[in-house]
Amino acid sequence: MAKSIDVSDLNIYYGDFLAVEGVSMTIKARSVTAFIGPSGCGKSTFLRTLNRMHEVIPGAHVEGKVMVDGQSLYDPSVDPVEVRRMIGMVFQRPNPFPTMSIYENVLAGVRLNNKKLSKRDADDLVEKSLQGANLWNEVKDRLNKPGMGLSGGQQQRLCIARAIAVEPQILLMDEPCSALDPISTSAIEDLIHQLKEQYTIVIVTHNMQQAARVSEDTAFFNLAGAGKPGRLIEMNPTKKIFSVPDEEATEAYISGRFG
Amino acid sequence: MTSLQTAPDTIAQARVRRLPRFAPAIAGAVALAAGTLLGISLGWNVAGIVVVAVLLYLVGLNIWSRLVENARAATDRMMTSLIWVALGLAFIPLVSLLYKVITKGAPQLNGRFLTWTMRNVIGEPGGIYHAIIGTLLITLAATVISVPVGLLSAIYLVEYGGESRMARWIRFLVDVMTGIPSIVAGLFAYALFAIVVGPGTQFGIGGGVALSLLMIPIVVRSTEEMLKLVPNDLREASYALGVPKWKTIVRVVLPTAMAGIITGVTLAIARVIGETAPLLIICGNTDSSNFNLFGGQMASLPVFIYSSYTQPGRNPEILQNMAWGGALVLIIIVMALNLIARIAGRIFAPKTGH
Ligand SMILES: Nc1ncnc2c1ncn2[C@@H]1O[C@H](COP(=O)(O)OP(=O)(O)OP(=O)(O)O)[C@@H](O)[C@H]1O
Ligand SMILES: [Mg+2]
Repeated sequence: MAKSIDVSDLNIYYGDFLAVEGVSMTIKARSVTAFIGPSGCGKSTFLRTLNRMHEVIPGAHVEGKVMVDGQSLYDPSVDPVEVRRMIGMVFQRPNPFPTMSIYENVLAGVRLNNKKLSKRDADDLVEKSLQGANLWNEVKDRLNKPGMGLSGGQQQRLCIARAIAVEPQILLMDEPCSALDPISTSAIEDLIHQLKEQYTIVIVTHNMQQAARVSEDTAFFNLAGAGKPGRLIEMNPTKKIFSVPDEEATEAYISGRFG
Repeated sequence: MTSLQTAPDTIAQARVRRLPRFAPAIAGAVALAAGTLLGISLGWNVAGIVVVAVLLYLVGLNIWSRLVENARAATDRMMTSLIWVALGLAFIPLVSLLYKVITKGAPQLNGRFLTWTMRNVIGEPGGIYHAIIGTLLITLAATVISVPVGLLSAIYLVEYGGESRMARWIRFLVDVMTGIPSIVAGLFAYALFAIVVGPGTQFGIGGGVALSLLMIPIVVRSTEEMLKLVPNDLREASYALGVPKWKTIVRVVLPTAMAGIITGVTLAIARVIGETAPLLIICGNTDSSNFNLFGGQMASLPVFIYSSYTQPGRNPEILQNMAWGGALVLIIIVMALNLIARIAGRIFAPKTGH
């Protein structure tokens, strides 16, 4: 039940500040799309507009259209809370809930959304989600210990388990591996490979090899200078971007001659 | 002595001579002995001897260190000593207060003192049961009023108000409330109930209202600080799971801040439980126990202490001793509250580690 996303002419603001300008792109269902680009060009900002997390910041708003499977995301009748249930998000810094155990963290989305689960269903969901996040074997003996007691990489995978436990259709990941060691990183990349069978995945990364390894399509963002809005420069299949990109700037960024 | 200007070339050069580890103790003993000798020969009292001994200690240790070690070590010892002296100064009032209250109050504490009232007690020691009940009930009423109001205001300020004009006004008014003299709070409650119930009304709940005026700003401010400490990441994590804002506040933000909030509330209680002036006005005083917050005058520990000391009647000795006992009980209640706050804080604190 994965969904595709169509963005047309999106301008994104923080108050009066235009952070990202004129983005149009199509994100395919059941595939991995990577966003790359220099720091400050608006990758996180753009990603957060895809599940309406952007508007959580006071004064932040958007102009333009985002369509998810033909439905407008920013239609006034659409409830942002429902949108976020459908489009999950994993943040750059792991953020498990400190008052909850590992078990409760995985169930947080379901429990906080008032769904009553039998003990058996809850156990099954926890096991399934943790297995989905490649974490089950490491924590199955200490499910009732605090989530904050895990290592950084384990916490990040716990956050992924928490995000997939609510069974979203799209998963947005903002630099999920930036604080992780190569082993945890490769665990998460394996996970992304498995997840794309069921989910549409969008991942922001500063790691070119990672983008090349995990994604089908890559979008390159850039900004003309400090204080100027970020723009989408080029979006193409990853193979093409990393071999024969259409744009000079993309080539320069990827080959490290810039940024 | 190594020079501070040039870096040493070898570890051997980096070594300095140190005073023995118990040097401060030696210096202290010598300074005390010298101060005592001097003081006795010149006929000073204890305070004079201590001051001279401390000065001798500061100067002596400094010179000794400067001769044997180096200037930096001497300054370090000087500063360390000064900090200890400051700590000692801060402890003097606390310790002497506790000493006085305990020595005067402890002999009073017995079963009769804690379970009797002063009703029909003439010429013999009675009890403060009625005052303990009154203090607990009035403070409970104040807490029941203040905690919801304070908590909800703080939630509004942090989670919804932000920097809006409304929020800035509320913050300003809360700050103004912090400065209200307690006697004014008492007069306000007295005037309020004179209008609502009738002139001259004195009852327990009025004291609860007066104390809550003093408590609310403390609860708002401490809760606000605690809520601000909750990382925004957690709120965003919750939103991203499709959890509505109010539920994020109730299930994620408040539990994370709970330990601090409870501590703040307990400190606010400790702050108002000893208030005398407002209760004198709005609760009055009585010799018998009154369990009804909504009718009749109500005794409380601070008012009992005050009236026993100022109007001891025909047996001043007995009543003034009882006042000391009441003071000790009040201090014990406050300390118990602080202990409860610490334990609760530990229980509710976010758990880390294994
Ligand atoms: N909360 C905010 N309020 C105002 N401006 C913001 C806010 N967050 C980001 N910005 C601005 O928006 C622009 C894009 O920031 P964004 O965080 O999206 O960059 P990014 O591409 O994710 O960078 P990085 O690779 O370093 O994470 C920057 O100019 C930044 O200063
Ligand atoms: Mg970013």
